[in-house]
Amino acid sequence: MNAPVNFERAGLPGNGRERLVVIGNGMAGCRAVEEILARDPLRFDVTIFGAEPRVNYNRIMLSPVLAGEKTFDEIVINTPEWYEDNGITLVSGDKVVSIDRETQSVIAASGRVEPYDRLLIATGSDPFIIPVPGKDLDGVVTFRDLDDVDRMLAAADRGGSAVVIGGGLLGLEAAHGLNLRGMKVTVIHLMPTLMERQLDEAAGYLLRSELERRGQTILTGANTKEILGEGGRVAGVRLEDGTEIACDIVVMAVGIRPATALAREAGLEVERGIMVDDHMVTSDPAVLAVGECVQHRGTCYGLVAPLWEMCRALADHATGAPTGYEGSVTSTKLKVSGIDLFSAGDFSGGEGCEDIVMRDAARGAYKRVIVKENRLIGAVLYGDTADGSWYFDLMKKGEDIAPIREALIFGQAFASGGALADPNAAVAALSDDAEICGCNGVSKGTVVKAIQGGACSLDTVRSTCKASASCGSCTGLVESLLALTLGGEVQSGPKTLCKCTSFTHDDVRRLILEKELKLIPQVMQELHWTTPDGCSSCRPALNYYLLCAWPGEYEDDQKSRFVNERMHANIQKDGTYSVVPRMWGGLTNPRELRAIADVVEKYDAPMVKVTGGQRLDIFGIRKEDLPAVWADLNAAGMISGHAYGKSLRTVKTCVGSEWCRFGTQDSTGLGVKIEHMTWGSWMPHKFKIAVSGCPRNCAEATIKDFGVICVDSGYELHVGGNGGIKVRATDFLCKVSTEEEAMDMCAAFTQLYREEAHYLERTAPWIERVGLQYVKDRLAEAGAVERYAARFRYSQQFMQDDPWARRAAGEDAKLHQHLAEVRPFPTAPKPQLENA
Amino acid sequence: MMIGNWLDIGPVTQIEPGTARTLPVLGCEEIAVFHTMRGEFFALRNQCPHKQGPLSQGIVHGDVVTCPLHNWNISLRSGKALGDDEGCVPTIPLKVDAGRLYLLRSAVVTRAEAA
Repeated sequence: MNAPVNFERAGLPGNGRERLVVIGNGMAGCRAVEEILARDPLRFDVTIFGAEPRVNYNRIMLSPVLAGEKTFDEIVINTPEWYEDNGITLVSGDKVVSIDRETQSVIAASGRVEPYDRLLIATGSDPFIIPVPGKDLDGVVTFRDLDDVDRMLAAADRGGSAVVIGGGLLGLEAAHGLNLRGMKVTVIHLMPTLMERQLDEAAGYLLRSELERRGQTILTGANTKEILGEGGRVAGVRLEDGTEIACDIVVMAVGIRPATALAREAGLEVERGIMVDDHMVTSDPAVLAVGECVQHRGTCYGLVAPLWEMCRALADHATGAPTGYEGSVTSTKLKVSGIDLFSAGDFSGGEGCEDIVMRDAARGAYKRVIVKENRLIGAVLYGDTADGSWYFDLMKKGEDIAPIREALIFGQAFASGGALADPNAAVAALSDDAEICGCNGVSKGTVVKAIQGGACSLDTVRSTCKASASCGSCTGLVESLLALTLGGEVQSGPKTLCKCTSFTHDDVRRLILEKELKLIPQVMQELHWTTPDGCSSCRPALNYYLLCAWPGEYEDDQKSRFVNERMHANIQKDGTYSVVPRMWGGLTNPRELRAIADVVEKYDAPMVKVTGGQRLDIFGIRKEDLPAVWADLNAAGMISGHAYGKSLRTVKTCVGSEWCRFGTQDSTGLGVKIEHMTWGSWMPHKFKIAVSGCPRNCAEATIKDFGVICVDSGYELHVGGNGGIKVRATDFLCKVSTEEEAMDMCAAFTQLYREEAHYLERTAPWIERVGLQYVKDRLAEAGAVERYAARFRYSQQFMQDDPWARRAAGEDAKLHQHLAEVRPFPTAPKPQLENA
Repeated sequence: MMIGNWLDIGPVTQIEPGTARTLPVLGCEEIAVFHTMRGEFFALRNQCPHKQGPLSQGIVHGDVVTCPLHNWNISLRSGKALGDDEGCVPTIPLKVDAGRLYLLRSAVVTRAEAA
């Protein structure tokens, strides 16, 4: 521990100097004094009050002290000698308790009264303590000063587990330190992304993966409900979802609050922070304020760099040569060894902002710069931060980046290379044996030879010499080579999945399997997505592709689903929903019909309609009422009809041999069996099936995705029909002789479509794209039907779970409930006039 | 609960990231409160400027929501339609303080009080 420091200076009354009293012996207060002394060492008699019993040290270096990379002595900024040499009175360990602006003096806890001519408030900030039960238990610490670090080190010496609440800069540095000191660390973060104020989702994902690799447990979207105690000491943390984490210490690092109590009580103008002008003067001209406790032009800063600029402006003003402070652009680096992370400026996007993103999966790097009106306004770098300072410089200077825009993302070395600023020129300058594709070891010469040999599109280059065929990070280079070699003759490649990626649907599906990608952010990182979190086209596609690739493993992402699939009902133009319960094969009974009639009356549904898929559609249900409607329908034995989904819709049937005088087989019974087999399966697009009992085809099976036409000798199976915008009759696939074979072929065809079609591609355009022969060939391979059918049935185990029943039981209730309801205070009633 | 001009609409945890929830206002237009994947919050009138689709039900990506009715992309920041579409939906000033969400009261109830 450090002994209290108290250097009393012999008073020199009558020296004619102004008395400057500084509240706060931290980085801001001392820096301001240093700046003033540098300009005019004889102007003020300086007295500094510090609450901590020690000299001024570099607070931002507490993390390395915790991590054992530095000692306290190494982070001291102002030694006792500095105070002495400059004639400064340091009153440490005696907290100022009030300011009397009338008599211009401050009063300390000891009763000491110190008069001032100029007062400087530099009280900094206080850690924010979340108001949960148990916050006052022994073992709950913050991360603000050396005492906190000492407490953490003492806990680490005893070993055990630590919970850090807060996944921001400070929390992660605390977690890192405790982890290095041998504790088992869990980080609890309220937001979905670590350091969400500095990082976007993509960089947050990389950071999280790295921290997890180092043995930390990271829980995001986790809300602390209670800190659990045992005999007055911390024993664990309970989250809102009921999870309990046992621990021996809790570090509260959720944020800081400007320490404004003194200023507020003294009657100074205070909002979030103490209000100051551009010269750091508060609402009282005799009182200055600086650092984390102030609010300047609406902003409170929690970083160190703005502090230096504030202190400069303050000193200029205090010594009679005012310059003014205009606010700061800030940058952040995480002080965790081995993790390179840089963020600066504004990266929240918005009107007129453009993102330039580069990802390098092999190196685990992510770079994103944000450009607005030809100025760089923000940057997020992970894995490769070499250009951080260059970007930050461009940002602060507000330089016009139009001339180097194309090359900006590649960094300073590249963008400043004069002629090399044109990426094509840079590629042209590469030697023939320069490696283009690291994954497949393809040199520039090989790629150029392939292009000269007739490969005139990205796709053909990929298939002939394998360049850019794996991770795709060299796609830009290959495109440059195409442009250079062929001039204007480059064929535009196949359509990409969406504008967020250069990969096609097929590439994405293949790479999800090859690289075993199992989460949407992971796909986006590994496949170099150019947007931070995708768009409304790729999110639902990726969600489906992952769901199809990893049945039972992938957890459906509700927020990547279109409204109908999220709400399990069809949205209508007025924002209400229509509800279609399943009627197996188009069959129903009095109980179901009664339940539907009751729902219509109970919820005042304005319309009920018989659908083309042989069931009943109830219109005009409000989202709040959906779970109750479903509960009523469930009670009568009905489940979701999936009339809203890119999924199996209905199996339409005719009455077949049981009633019809022409019927050849039990088409109704087969339809019901097929519907029981296929319901609930998510597909690339909607999927309709029909079974007709004879070639008269009353169930219209020849315009369905999969149609069965019963004949005397068996079952004719048809595929790829569509009755929509572009009517297409089915293609004949094959004929089978038993119901079982028909069911197996149905399952196999459906699974082939599920695994190979592009998202939002019906079977009709899919078959036209790949050819009927291709489908036949795939299913004709030895054992193929059994394999595909088995995969379909395996996947169905996880799909056939009625979503209505889950919602009716309360799952995802937030999707249906309003946040609250606002009832404004009634305005004064207008005077009523009586009718004459 | 109300503090000054700001209407407290509850804790931030009520809205999952990447989703929105609705706030009906008696006598006024319903409000949609969004929570982006990046952790930002926005409040807009729950009506697409195109055909009044409920924006709260759209897919949220970046700081944009895609209207569930006809796929217009609306900036959550400005309320403006993006791309080739033209139109604007009113935004409601929102602030987050100590884990709670606040809307500017005057922007929430404008219509009813003007009536």
